[in-house]
Amino acid sequence: MPTFVYMTRCDGCGECVDICPSDIMHIDKKLRRAYNIEPSMCWECYSCVKACPHQAIDVRGYADFAPLGHSVRVIRDEEKGTIAWRIKFRNGKKDMELLAPITTKPWGSATPDLAKVPAPSKEMRDSQLLFNEPKYIRMDDGGLHTLQSNGLEIKKGVQY
Amino acid sequence: MSYSTIIEDNIDILVVGAGLGGTGAAFEARYWGQNKKIVIAEKANIMRSGAVAQGLYAINCYMGTRFGENNPEDHVRYARIDLMGMVREDLLFDMARHVDSAVHNFEEWGLPIMRNEKKGSYLREGRWQIMIHGESYKPIVAEAAKKSADKVFNRICVTHLLMDESKENRVAGAVGFNVRTGNYHVFKSKTVICGAGGASNIFKPRSVGEGAGRVWYAPWSSGSAYGLMIEAGAKMTQMENRIVLARFKDGYGPVGAYFLHLKTYTQNGYGEEYESKWFPALQQMVGKEYLDPEVSHRTHRPIPTCLRNHAIINEVNAGRGPIHMVTMEAFQDPHLEEIGWHNFLGMTVGQAVLWAATDVDPKYENPELTTSEPYVMGSHATGCGAWCSGPEDLSPPEYFWGYNRMTTVEGLFGAGDAVGGTPHAFSSGSFTEGRLAAKAACKYIDDGKAEGIRVSDAQINRRREQIYKPLETYRVFSNEVVAGTVNPNFINPRQGLDRLQKMMDEYCGGFGVNYMTNDKLLNIGLKKMSILGEDLEKVAASDIHELLRAWELKHRFLTSESVFHHTLFRKETRWPGYYYRGDVMKLDDKNWHVLTVSRRDPKSGEYTMEKAPLYHLVGDVEKAAPVDHH
Repeated sequence: MPTFVYMTRCDGCGECVDICPSDIMHIDKKLRRAYNIEPSMCWECYSCVKACPHQAIDVRGYADFAPLGHSVRVIRDEEKGTIAWRIKFRNGKKDMELLAPITTKPWGSATPDLAKVPAPSKEMRDSQLLFNEPKYIRMDDGGLHTLQSNGLEIKKGVQY
Repeated sequence: MSYSTIIEDNIDILVVGAGLGGTGAAFEARYWGQNKKIVIAEKANIMRSGAVAQGLYAINCYMGTRFGENNPEDHVRYARIDLMGMVREDLLFDMARHVDSAVHNFEEWGLPIMRNEKKGSYLREGRWQIMIHGESYKPIVAEAAKKSADKVFNRICVTHLLMDESKENRVAGAVGFNVRTGNYHVFKSKTVICGAGGASNIFKPRSVGEGAGRVWYAPWSSGSAYGLMIEAGAKMTQMENRIVLARFKDGYGPVGAYFLHLKTYTQNGYGEEYESKWFPALQQMVGKEYLDPEVSHRTHRPIPTCLRNHAIINEVNAGRGPIHMVTMEAFQDPHLEEIGWHNFLGMTVGQAVLWAATDVDPKYENPELTTSEPYVMGSHATGCGAWCSGPEDLSPPEYFWGYNRMTTVEGLFGAGDAVGGTPHAFSSGSFTEGRLAAKAACKYIDDGKAEGIRVSDAQINRRREQIYKPLETYRVFSNEVVAGTVNPNFINPRQGLDRLQKMMDEYCGGFGVNYMTNDKLLNIGLKKMSILGEDLEKVAASDIHELLRAWELKHRFLTSESVFHHTLFRKETRWPGYYYRGDVMKLDDKNWHVLTVSRRDPKSGEYTMEKAPLYHLVGDVEKAAPVDHH
C-alpha cells in the first residue's frame, strides 16, 4: 500500500522526507512537493502519513493484491496523546473509527538524564546489574537471578 | 566527486543502527560512561527506524517475576524447545533476567501498558507477551536514547567498520555516507555496538511488482548487522536458521494476539483440523524429544514454530488449502473485534488496508493464512547472528572471552538481530541486549583495552573510494547506451536484488521450492553467488538514493553468502517448516547437537566452518505452568 501525496494539500515542508524509514519520500524538484519515489520499498508503516501536518499523504493498497476503493486514515496527536483511525471498506459496508492512547505522559517529559543521576559505585560496576537494578527487575528488594539462586547448572551436550 | 569528508573523532561508544537494540545501548552507555562520548549513526531517523518504526501492539518478552509469573529459566526452556534445542542458553538467561527492568522503565517513560484490572498485573496476551498501546513505542524509546547520546547522526548509511592498524582484529570505528548530502562520514571510536538489523528481501518475496515492499520484516532491514560484522571478520553463528512465518495472506498481519488472546484457531480449506495428522510422520523425522503432542498438551510445552509451519505447508501441498484463521467466533464479541483491528493498526497497518480493500470482515469470513518467504534475523523465533561472549557469571569457557555481547572482533559488540543464538528477545529483549553491551563496552574502555588505536588515512581513503564506486561506474558507463536501464557494463541495485532473491529462493530453500534444498543445489548456488559477488563490484548508482540501495544490496549479499555456507555445513534437517535438506531429511542429534560457527576471512573471502558445543541449563524442575492468559 504505497503512499501517495495529494497535490493540493502538500506544501513541500519535508516532514515526511525527514521521517520515512525507507528513504522513499522525496521532494520533486520541479513541483516542490513530496512524493513516493520507490513504492516497492514502502512498508505501509504510515510514519509519513502520521507526520504530515496537512494530512496530505494517503495510502492506496499495493496494486498487486489490493483492489481500489478503500481508505485507512489516521490522525496522531502528541499533545492529546492519542491516535485516531478511520477504516472504510471498498463496499461501503464497514466504516470504523478506532481511538488509542500513544503515551501516558506529556511528550518527552519522563525520560531520565543519565548524565545527571548519581554515578554507579565500583561494587555496582563489578556486578551484573544495569541502571535502576535490582529495584526495577521486580520493583521490590529482590536481587538478580543467577544460576545459583535458581538452582541451575549449565551442562554440555544433549540434556533431554 | 565533491563530497566532503566529515570526521567525528574521539568517540568512546559508537552505536551503529538505533532500533530497539541500538537505543538500549545508547541509553545505558550514559549511565556507565557519564563522561564518555556516545554517538549514534542511523540510516533513517531514530524516531521511526528499525523493526519497531511502525509500532507494536505487544511486548513479546516479559517474564513478570514481579507478579510471580515466570522465571528466566522458564523462558530459556521455551526458546530452547521452539528452536529445536539450538540456542545460547547463557545469553538467553542473561537477557531474561534483565528484561523486566527494561519494560518497567518503558512504562515510566510513558509507554501505555495494558493492565489486568482484577490482578493488577500487566494484561497477558500469552505466557510471555503483554499487551501495549505501542504506536509510539519507538519514538518514546528514541527520546531516551537521544537524551543519552552526545550526537545523533541520522541518515547515515554505515557501509563498513574501521579496523585498528596497530592491533589485529580490533575495531576502530565505522564509515558511511549521508543519504541526503552524499558526504562521507568517518567515525573514529574505541568501541562499536552494532545494533543494525536482520535481513528481509534476501529470499524472493511472495509479493510482486509494486507490492514487493510488503514483506514481513521491514524492507529497510537490509542485513546490515551481518554485512558489517562478516566483512570485518567477526564469527557468525546459526546463520542457516532462517525463519518462515505463518501469517495472514498478503498483508502479513501478525497472528500472535489472534491465537493467544482472541483464541482463534486454524483449519484447512474444507473446515477440518489438519495439524495433528502430520505429527506422527513429523515425529519420525525429528524425534520424540522435539515433538510430543501429548506432553505439549499436558504441560503447555509449545509445539515448535517450525513444526507448525510444516503442517501448514504439507496440508496445502496435499491440495486442501488454503489454511484459514477461524475468526468468525471470536469476532462476534465487539470487544475482541476491536482488539483484532487495533492489533493491526498498532503494528501492521497494511493488513487493515488489505481487508478494507478486499471487504474481508473477519466477523463474517475466516481470513486466509500463508507461510512467508524466509527471513534471516536474530530476535524473533530464530537466532541468526554474531558469535558473542556471554556474561562471566553464567557462561562456560567456550562462550566467554571477557566482555558480555562482544563479538570475536575486539571492541565490537552486538545487540538485537546482531547477536546469534538469542531468539525470542523481540523488542524488549533487544533493548536489554543493547544495555548489556553498553555496560560491557564501557568496562572494555575502562580496562584500557582500547588504547593505542591507529587508523591510517590510507584506510579512510580506500573506503571512501569503495563507497562512491557505484556512482563512478554509473558516470563512466551510463552514456554508452541511448537510454534505459540495460547496460552491458553494470547492473543497478534493483537488478542485483532480483538476482539475489531468485538465487536464494531456488537454491537455498525459498517458498518457490517449498523451502527445499540439498547439497547439490547449495553448491550450485554458492558458485552463482561468487559470480554475483563479482558483478556487485560493477553495481551502478545514478544518485545518492541508489547508492544507499547499492550498499544495502552488498550487505544482503554478504548475509546470503553466509546463509548458504551455514546451510551446507549443517547436514541435517533441524527445523522442518523453516527449510529442508532433501539429502538429509532427519534431525541428527548424534552429529549435529551443536551450534554452527563461521568466519569469513576479510582478506581472501574464504569461509571456515566449525561446530561449537551446546550447553543447556539443568537442575531445576519446570513448575506447574502458571498460565493464565486473561
